[in-house]
Amino acid sequence: MPSDHKTGLRWSNWNLLLILPLLMLITPWFNKSEPSVFGLPFFYWYQFLFVPLGVLCVGIVYVKTKDEPVATGKPDKLGVDDLDEGAN
Amino acid sequence: MQWTELIVFSALFLLVTVMGFLAARWQKGDTLEHLDEWGLGGRKFGSWITWFLVGGDLYTAYTFVAVPALMFGAGALGFYALPYTVILYPLVFLPLVRMWSVSRVHGYVTPADFVKGRYGSHWLALIIAVTGIVATMPYIALQLVGLEAVLRSMGLNGSGILGHLPLFIAFLILALYTYQSGLRAPALIAFVKDILIYLVILVAIIYLPAKFGGWGEIFSDAQAKFDATPSKADGTLLTGTNQLQYATLALGSALALFLYPHSLTGILASRGRNVIKRNMVALPAYSLLLGLLALLGLVAISAGTKPIVNQATGRPDTNTIVPELFGANFPSWFAGIAFAAIGIGALVPAAIMSIAAANLWTRNVYKEYIKKSASPAEEAKQAKLASLVVKFGAVAFIVFVDPQFSIDLQLIGGVMILQTLPAVAIALYTRWFHVYGLVAGWVGGMGYGMWLLYNIGNPAIGKSHFAGSALPLGNISIFGWHPFGTSTTQIYVGMVALFVNLLVAVVVTLIANKAKWFNGTDQTDPSDYHVDEDNPRVKPVAAH
Repeated sequence: MPSDHKTGLRWSNWNLLLILPLLMLITPWFNKSEPSVFGLPFFYWYQFLFVPLGVLCVGIVYVKTKDEPVATGKPDKLGVDDLDEGAN
Repeated sequence: MQWTELIVFSALFLLVTVMGFLAARWQKGDTLEHLDEWGLGGRKFGSWITWFLVGGDLYTAYTFVAVPALMFGAGALGFYALPYTVILYPLVFLPLVRMWSVSRVHGYVTPADFVKGRYGSHWLALIIAVTGIVATMPYIALQLVGLEAVLRSMGLNGSGILGHLPLFIAFLILALYTYQSGLRAPALIAFVKDILIYLVILVAIIYLPAKFGGWGEIFSDAQAKFDATPSKADGTLLTGTNQLQYATLALGSALALFLYPHSLTGILASRGRNVIKRNMVALPAYSLLLGLLALLGLVAISAGTKPIVNQATGRPDTNTIVPELFGANFPSWFAGIAFAAIGIGALVPAAIMSIAAANLWTRNVYKEYIKKSASPAEEAKQAKLASLVVKFGAVAFIVFVDPQFSIDLQLIGGVMILQTLPAVAIALYTRWFHVYGLVAGWVGGMGYGMWLLYNIGNPAIGKSHFAGSALPLGNISIFGWHPFGTSTTQIYVGMVALFVNLLVAVVVTLIANKAKWFNGTDQTDPSDYHVDEDNPRVKPVAAH
């Protein structure tokens, strides 16, 4: 197995995307009321936008790194219907 | 007594009770007499089951009542729950799959099992296990607070010990089917819980704001209420002093969540690495829900909701805000569904937490110190009994001790569990820290964290100790020297304690390396951390 060599860490530059959602912690950027959307102050809807952003970042990292060899893994190519296949 | 609500609630409660008992036969393995089966559901849950299970586990009933209650009382600060659960998944995405792989190769059931394998020290593992159990216990008790808030809103608000009887009955039933079915019970019930929760919150978030004049109206009502209070810390925006507290509380909570043994139980029960990765993408659906739910705390201000007085303690209980809001503004039958969603929402995490605590007790205390020769069947038996003890301990906590004490303890629990980060999470990547460094860091972080929490008072609610987790930077002193002067900027205690923990661990590690002290034996191999489900090296499930 070529992937069984002695490295403890595998790195992909895509992983850097995982840092992006942490920008949400810089409160001075968004601690204000205006502009409001549907009556929701900026503070609230700005943070809601980070939910899809977080999903996008993690999703891209997942898709871009899933073909990398793990210690013997067939690449993950399951369709939605097969997600729970084998669990029964 | 609110009969319609009570009948709908009871019917749904009965449904999950039947499911809980039948769960033992669901996707049955060869035997239930093994921790892999009873405690981890056979280690074979696919993506959908894991999504419901982990979602049901992390987003608890207490979260669903406490977060809006905090928004109701303090405003913007309570919204930290959203950044907390958004940054959570990118943070844990990589470490969790490593934890799954190494646990699968060596058959680890608990985080303390991993620590023992990694450092060859059952003492370090004991520290991690005890921290996990102590941090989880009050968390279970808090699920009862959530359940009781609903029961009291339905009119089951008796006084004295008898007032707790409905709670006791609900928990007895939960204890019995968890004993019989193990992790399969909450996994199956989680489907019902989560579907009900999604239904209720989506309806609430569309219907209620419209009813009270839209978000603009709601926010100006909330701001007017916060302006009228003497406190300067509340408001619909953060203030100058609590922004750092907001960010560090979100970060600290995110770092802590998957160190809790019950969160890891859901992860280790999944079938493979890709199940976990897909869930890290899909779980934020719950975060969106939690963010919307938090806003209901402000809706309750507009609606003029009043928390009901808990007749067992004689004080108004802000945790009843959401149940009261639903009860007053929804038709009875839908309020009944909403109450059932919160009530069942308490059962799922309570069951998983008690299983996780029981696993820790069995693997890292019982088998290590009491009966080394315990067979897998004896381990399963011990864990089942331990899960009963843990649950009744939690009930006793609520009945005999002021519920406020559980809330304080949970606050402390978060700071405590964060102190296991170097030994559990950092050890997944490197063995750079010396085992003595990890122990010393734990002692330092734990001691300092507890001391800081003890000294936080809040005169407004008449408490001089354990009144919160917000620490003014000016209060930090190093032998009388105040590095931050008299700053009133607040920070989350857990992060300060973690910093001290890491500092001590680094210093002691350097000393230990210099002195060439023995650093334990590492049972794991670097390639173990990448093994996937179809690798021949994974340990067979429930092998005796």
